[in-house]
Order: sequence, then structure tokens, then C-alpha cells
Amino acid sequence: MNNGAIIEIHDLHKTYRVGKVEVPALRGVDLSVQPGEFLSIVGPSGSGKSTLFHIIGGLTPPTAGKVRVADQDLAAMTDAGRTRLRKRTVGFVFQKFNLLPNLTARDNIAIARHIAGTDPEPSADFEEVLRLLGIANRLDHKPSALSGGEQQRIAIARAIVNHPAILLADEPTGNLDTENSKAVLSIIRDLNERLGQTILMITHNPEAAAYGHHTVHMRDGRIIERT
Amino acid sequence: MTAKLVIENLKHKPMRSLLSILLIGVPVTLILCIVGLSHGLIEDSQRRTRGIGADVIVRPPTSSIISLSGAPIDQRMVGFLAKQPHVVQAIGIVNVPIEGVTVGGAGIDLKEFEKMSGAFSYVEGHGFEGPNDVIIDTFYNNQHQKHAGDTINLLSTQWRISGIIDGGKGAHILFPIDVLQAKTGNSAKVSQIYLKLDDPAHADAVIKALKEKLEDYKIYTTEEFASLLNVNNIPGLRPFLIVIMSIAVIIGFAVVCLSMYMAVLQRTREIGILKSLGASKAFILRIILAEAVAMGIGGTILGILMSYGAYWLIQKLVPASFPMVIVQSWWLNAGAITLVGTTLGALYPGLSAASHDPIEALAYE
Repeated sequence: MNNGAIIEIHDLHKTYRVGKVEVPALRGVDLSVQPGEFLSIVGPSGSGKSTLFHIIGGLTPPTAGKVRVADQDLAAMTDAGRTRLRKRTVGFVFQKFNLLPNLTARDNIAIARHIAGTDPEPSADFEEVLRLLGIANRLDHKPSALSGGEQQRIAIARAIVNHPAILLADEPTGNLDTENSKAVLSIIRDLNERLGQTILMITHNPEAAAYGHHTVHMRDGRIIERT
Repeated sequence: MTAKLVIENLKHKPMRSLLSILLIGVPVTLILCIVGLSHGLIEDSQRRTRGIGADVIVRPPTSSIISLSGAPIDQRMVGFLAKQPHVVQAIGIVNVPIEGVTVGGAGIDLKEFEKMSGAFSYVEGHGFEGPNDVIIDTFYNNQHQKHAGDTINLLSTQWRISGIIDGGKGAHILFPIDVLQAKTGNSAKVSQIYLKLDDPAHADAVIKALKEKLEDYKIYTTEEFASLLNVNNIPGLRPFLIVIMSIAVIIGFAVVCLSMYMAVLQRTREIGILKSLGASKAFILRIILAEAVAMGIGGTILGILMSYGAYWLIQKLVPASFPMVIVQSWWLNAGAITLVGTTLGALYPGLSAASHDPIEALAYE
């Protein structure tokens, strides 16, 4: 099954239980992602994009099927194992930024390192990343004092501060205006090109999807096309 | 980093944090005031017992450490005891409660009493001049603000204050013994008898000899009696303190449980964020418990400060009725009791937060 892929998924099923009703979210997904690949995932609401994202990110276990992420079998992983996966192997960027409102931008980044068990002060080369993101002079502000674009850049910095194998971005431009959207997408592409960061990005926007090397189209819990 | 997160969380909702700290502080103050009053009453009793200057105390068979029921000892016993070997003076005293259990009066033979205890130090006035005269001490007068020559209603009788003395000798209010005996229907009776010996070193031998003659009587050296005036020997006091402490734990538990439960609800999304960063259940629980402990420590400090406020108020309003002292040795106990309550109170919200599903938490609006 492994051809050097960093993500290898075969016949993945995920069924949610809502009361007494079983709701299938993924109905047999097969996907392979190579290290350093920038993959866009598109599809209508309810197509299973976010569920796929949550499983790859270790936020929820699969119901059936095989999922390997960075040589780790997620199907056999315990809750504690998925917690460890989120610490070091994956980094999340969300549509709503999801910064901790009580902490400054610097502390939002530092807490990710603290949780991962590393020195809260980022390494010198990370300072270069912060300059690349254009937020080096905004680190002592709390999220409420930052624009949406700045918040998303902080969220990106937080997501990659522990050098995760995979960056998962869920509609990263969904709450941004056109200018900031382009800036954030350029940053994400730069991270991929400069650092070789593997990136999976969910988006509704075809223009945003075009930033990736490939695009996966989903519908009704299945991948229907890969371009 | 955890400490910073806890501090920032507390600062984020300052009113909630301050109210929680205040509500945690109230039972701390309650504990310290009750303990301070208990210790104050005991220390006051010990000081006044020692101030009489006796070496041996003879109390009736029906007495306990803190209570005397009337005056059951025949006054002729005073004369009998005065003739015992090594006894150089014996005086009988009639004790009466004036204001509940906190303020008592004593009927004394002034001349004999001063001979045993040493001359009174009068702040105002002098000794008894008439049958309706009383002497009060400064401790009692701090609350009543009287002067020598004023009248005071005690035991349903108007008395003239002949003198005000420095406290610490026998009782806060002193009456002529014969008047008090008649007033309380205890003619020729006394409540207890104090003995002065030729040498305090003979106290044990004297007590041993007296116990052979007065089998049922309670006979102590003054130091032994003073040392028996403690929390453990005062009936009901220890259970009362335990009840108060239990209430404090329950209040601390309830306040923190409610406060942290609300905080966890408000921070559901933030808990989801922390989980998405790889925070373990233990990490989430630790943050919630650390916040509760921080509030518990703040509540303890505030409670200690408020106990000084309560002390100041009691000293201003009712210093004689409630002789409160600040018992610093109880600060740690009160803090520990509070921290137990707050930690227990934070446990359920903490476990609830730790078990949040990260996806549901992240979707929380």
C-alpha cells in the first residue's frame, strides 16, 4: 500500500450517529498524497471534505477502512494516539482562524510549542517564517486587535511552528476579503515551495483550488475526480 | 505557559473571577472568625484564671471545665480548706453568667481577693463602697463605655459602677460576694474555691491529700486547669468547628463548580482549539484545576484580609461579648480546606471539558 506516500487512504468509511439515525459521511474514499504535495479538495457542502480532513488530522477515528498518515495507522490508533498525532504530525488552519482570544499572537504560537513539549521560544529560522508571513511586528497583539488576514497568518504560523509533516487548511480564505485571500494563498503556496510542506486545503473557491498541484473533487462521501 | 493561560483566562472575565474569589473568601473569613472567637474566649478565660493568683482550684463535682451550675459548695468549705497543710489562703467565689457564655461575673470578698491576686489597678474609681456597687474591667467597658459612678443594669438590677480596673483577674464584672449570694439565692454557698499555697511546688501533694478527703470534687493546679481550657475540652466546640469547616468546603465546592462550569461552557471553542493543537485530556483538566486553585488561593488571601475586617468590626462593636483574636496558625488550615473545596468543585467541569469532542467543540458558537 505504501509507495512513499505520506497519506495513504483505502476504502475509508465514516458514519456519524445522530440520535438513532446513522448518517454516512464517507462511503469508500481512496486517496494517496505524496510528501511535498499541495492538494486542494473541493466539493459541495455535505460531500465529506471536512470529515476526511478531521480523520486525517486525528480529530475523529474512521469507522472502517485503512488510513495511514506519516507511517501511522489511524484506524488502530487510540484517542491518546490521535492526540499525539495532532501535537507533531499535523497542523490545522481553520476558516474562523481559531486563535485563543485571551493570548497574544506570540503566545498563541508559543502554546502550540508548549503543548508539543518543545521550547516555547521558536527557533531562529522560524523568525524568518514569521517575516515571510508578514506578522513579525504584530506578535504582541491579541487577536481582537488584529485584522482577519493577520489572524489567519498567525494561525498559519501556529500550525507550522512544530514542523508538522502535513498542514491541513480548512477554507483558510473563507472569512477573508479578496486581497487578504490572495495573500494567504500565496503564503500557503510559498510554504509548500520553500519548505516542501505537504498541504491539504479544503476550498469552495476554484481560484483558490488552483493554487494546489492537484485538486480532488468530492461528492456524496466519495472522491469522484482527481485533476 | 500554563500559568500564563490561566492568568489570562482569569483576566478575561474579571468580574466572574473577582466574584468567585469573593465568594470563596467568605467561608475562609467564616472559619477564621469562628476559630478566632473560640481561641479568644479560651485565651481570655485562661488569662483571667491565671490572674487570680491561686495555685490550686477546687470545683464542685457537677462542674465541667467551662461551666459551673450555680454555687453548690458550702461556704464553710473555704474555712476547712484554709486549714489544710501548705494552704496559706482560701477564697470562695460565686460565678454568674451575665451575657450568655462569653461574659461572666463573680462575687468576691474584695479584700481577700486582692490579697490573693494583688491589688487591682483602677483606671477610674475605687473598690466597693455600698451593697449595689460593682467593679467592671476595661475589657467589658470597651463595649459599654461607662465611667465610675455610672449605673448599669445587670441581673435585672441597677448597680453603681464603683470602679473600672485593668482586666485579667477572675471575671469581667465583680460583685460583693454576699450581695450576689443573696441575689442568686446562694446564701452561704460558693461556686469554686481558690487556694494559695506556701510554695507552688507543694501543689501536687496538696491536691493528692485533698482528693482523699473530697473524693468527688474536681481539684486542679491553676496551670492544669488553664491548659484544660482548650477546644477539645469544650463540649460541642469541635463538632461545631467541623460543621463550619464542612460548610466552607461545600460553599467553596459549589462556587467553583458553578463558576468553572460556566467558564467551560463559555470556552468550549477554546477547548476545541487546544485539542486541535494536541492538548491531552490531562492538559485540559490541569488548566481548569489550576484556574480553580488560583481562585482558591485568591479567595484564601481575601478571606484572611476580610477576617481582619471582621476583627476590627467586632473590636469596635462588641469586644467584650466576642473576644476574637487573629489566629495566624489557622491560615494554612483555612487555605487547605478551601483548596480541597475548590479542587473538588473544579473536578467535574474539568473532566467535562477534558472529554469534549474536539470537532463539536470547534463548531461551538
